[in-house]
Amino acid sequence: MNAGHSTHSAWPPNRIVLTVLGGCVALCLTAPIAVLVVDAHDAGWPEIRTVLFRQRSYDLIANTITLTALVCIAAALVGTAAAWCLERSAVPFARLWTGVLILPMAMPDFVVGFAWHSLWPTMPPLVAAATIMTLSTYPLVFLPVAAALRRCDPALEDVARGLGTGPMATFVRVTLPSIRGAIGGGVLLAALVVISEYGAFEAVRFHTLTTEIFTEFQFEPRAAAALSIPLVLLGLVAIGIDAAIPRRQSGFRAQARTGAAGRPSLGTRAVRTLTMLAFAATVTAGVLFPVGVLFYWMHQSRRSTLPAVASLATATETTFAYSALSSAAVLLLATPVAYLSVHYPSRISLALQKSTFVPRAVPGVIVAVTLVYLSINYLYPLYETSWLVIAAYAVLFFPLGLVCVHASVGALPREFGEIARSLRRGRVYTFLAVTLPLIGPGLVAGFCLVFITATTELTSTLMLAPAGVKTLATQFWAFQTESSYGAAAPYALVIVAVAVLPGALLGVWFDRRPRTSHPGWRTGDLPIAAPQATTSVAAASDRFAEPMP
Amino acid sequence: MNRIIISNYRRHVIVAGTVVFVTLAGALTACGKPSSGPSNAELTLYSAQHQQTTNALVNGFTKQTGIKVNVVNGDEDATTAKIEQEGAKSPADLVYTENSPWLEQLDQKGLLAKVDASTLAAVPKQDSGASGNWVGVSARISGITYNTSKLPAAQLPQSIMDLANPAWKNRIEIAPAETDFWPVVSSVLHTYGQARTLDWLNGLKSNAASNDNVPSNETLAADISQGNTDLGVLNQYYYYRLKTEVGANAIGSQFAFFAPHDPGYVQDVSGAAVLASSKNKEAAQKFLQFLTGQPGQTILATSDSFEYPLATGVPANPQLPPLNTLAPNAVSVADLGTGEDAKALLQQAQLL
Repeated sequence: MNAGHSTHSAWPPNRIVLTVLGGCVALCLTAPIAVLVVDAHDAGWPEIRTVLFRQRSYDLIANTITLTALVCIAAALVGTAAAWCLERSAVPFARLWTGVLILPMAMPDFVVGFAWHSLWPTMPPLVAAATIMTLSTYPLVFLPVAAALRRCDPALEDVARGLGTGPMATFVRVTLPSIRGAIGGGVLLAALVVISEYGAFEAVRFHTLTTEIFTEFQFEPRAAAALSIPLVLLGLVAIGIDAAIPRRQSGFRAQARTGAAGRPSLGTRAVRTLTMLAFAATVTAGVLFPVGVLFYWMHQSRRSTLPAVASLATATETTFAYSALSSAAVLLLATPVAYLSVHYPSRISLALQKSTFVPRAVPGVIVAVTLVYLSINYLYPLYETSWLVIAAYAVLFFPLGLVCVHASVGALPREFGEIARSLRRGRVYTFLAVTLPLIGPGLVAGFCLVFITATTELTSTLMLAPAGVKTLATQFWAFQTESSYGAAAPYALVIVAVAVLPGALLGVWFDRRPRTSHPGWRTGDLPIAAPQATTSVAAASDRFAEPMP
Repeated sequence: MNRIIISNYRRHVIVAGTVVFVTLAGALTACGKPSSGPSNAELTLYSAQHQQTTNALVNGFTKQTGIKVNVVNGDEDATTAKIEQEGAKSPADLVYTENSPWLEQLDQKGLLAKVDASTLAAVPKQDSGASGNWVGVSARISGITYNTSKLPAAQLPQSIMDLANPAWKNRIEIAPAETDFWPVVSSVLHTYGQARTLDWLNGLKSNAASNDNVPSNETLAADISQGNTDLGVLNQYYYYRLKTEVGANAIGSQFAFFAPHDPGYVQDVSGAAVLASSKNKEAAQKFLQFLTGQPGQTILATSDSFEYPLATGVPANPQLPPLNTLAPNAVSVADLGTGEDAKALLQQAQLL
């Protein structure tokens, strides 16, 4: 909470504490990478050479890069187009669309994969994989871009248009510079997701480095660790590219616009109808179609001879527990990192913050492997317990939580803390009574984002869950691999159902607009109303790579 | 005034805090439940076998002896890797695999204990490990599963070597990452040697095109039945299990053997062992005895397993042709070894 006065060169105690805490978090999160290197080293060079330096690896790396590039471009286009249409046109039911358009993200990729593959088994694997991943990652672009657009004043665009600039030129020269940071941040997350995806590619038979790692892991765990080193490098490249995108500090805050009435009307009725049709088609492909296939499977269902290890209720309970606890853990860990980089921006804090993104590029199975290694060798009591699953989720989904926490902390007016302190309120009290309620909505958004993603986690859960424990995702997978689609379908449907509420909540939250130029913080409803903090949550990625002093 | 506002905050904070606390407490209790460890009287079995059959076997055993068995299911390669990683700390007492090479691998690393002589005597000697550290439980035969409307029986290949011919381009699917495929590769290697086996694998890869790494045997069986491809090389039971699941009317495939003694016609053994690190060896030996004795073998023969029981005097599922009428290639469990050579070839052919 301390403002970063740099009146003297010594670091204030707060900064030291935050740096130490942030450092510890970054260290914990990147520990799997370190273990990976040790593990690969233990496997020995001959084994690494056989699996890494050969034609198949090159083919798979090429596959991975091609697909990642395709998905990044497609997700950037779809996400930006959707956000722009929603924010800059008078599409009816805007808030509803926001909620609905982010739902494809909540669909488990492997379910979508199987749905598509069961309908078109002959679809070229690259096309299928690119389509599925675009559908599941464009919301990562859509959310921050929508938020960024909301913060820029459309009047600038109107001025440009008024001066005779064409619509395309206006977009490129006026709008794009303000949102490219948001696009970059979203695309980075999308790239990391694609690099580490497994289930969907297995379903459509597209082979990437990650699917190969999964295969290799089955019989040679240590060589698998070696195979994931190129993935870490790819992840670093993606993070580097994102960091190189120039960000523009959006110096102009949006004037208050409320509801669709304030939005500039775009085009004719026909254009609006087309826009809505495009939205509907996207949601149909990403959500309605796979859900339809699930119902079809249930309808077709013949008996499965495979006994369910976990009933629907037990699996739901486990999924809920794992997701909730890991979401809470992520928020707890992300808070010091976010505070550090907001209040004391420096090379060190930036490096700490960025390093936490690296594990996202590593497949869940590899994070799981390293946790197995660590627990067997150093923390045996934790081995085969649920805590390892939660730890894996926390490592994997940390960046998602950080994005939200960072944004809320960044939007927090520092004066509030100073006022509280001037009233001689204690530090803890200030945090609980002032800070927490203000950043609360952002934390809830972060919680929802991590929760949704965690409910669909498959690969690390497969490896780490204790004997006899199944989540919805792993029980679905168990049935599905035995081709018992009818028995598998209900588990996937529950995943979708569980994701709808936090998904809708996220949509509504991201869609909240600043109420007036003087934010409506009436002291009485302080804890529930913090519009600035909430609206800028999604714009976090935009702030991530702001030039540091 | 200030106080009123503050108390208002406080109320909100308390309410929000309570909600978060209750949610997390609920999650914690849900989470803590499954992690209660097994007591000493219980056995832990790492099983890579068909889950349905394993469950039936375990239930039969518990009913007979009163000893509870915790089953941890997994693929056999992953299970083997897990046991090797856990080493002396492994919570497992028993391991049950689908194919012999994985037991041989564990045995080579000194991780298995001697099987009781009376248990070994229940099945033919050549179907257990030469060291006497694992015992054979059931037999499985590889062959052709084909789509009956895409491929008339008369056009079936006689040899697995034929499948590398360009005539089968885009008409086959393979699942080389599935360990059932490895004994077949070892058999071809044993029969024709390194160079020819590699050529053959390259041919298969080219013919299977984008379906050269189907995720599982069950998926492959379903693909064939649905007509996504003409044929695949699978063990006999995948066809029978799928038929049981979807019903005889809905299945579009059929199973056939290759010509007698073809390298694609392989009998492999599924077996079980007690781990050297087990602290319940006595009870674990009882489980092996149950598996290979009349009660266990009968469960195998009458369940949805469709594998061949190994004990003499226990007839196989009547849907299967009797084991003694079959003519597989002459490769022994010892010839198949640890499967390392098959793996190396599959890697050379860029299939793994």
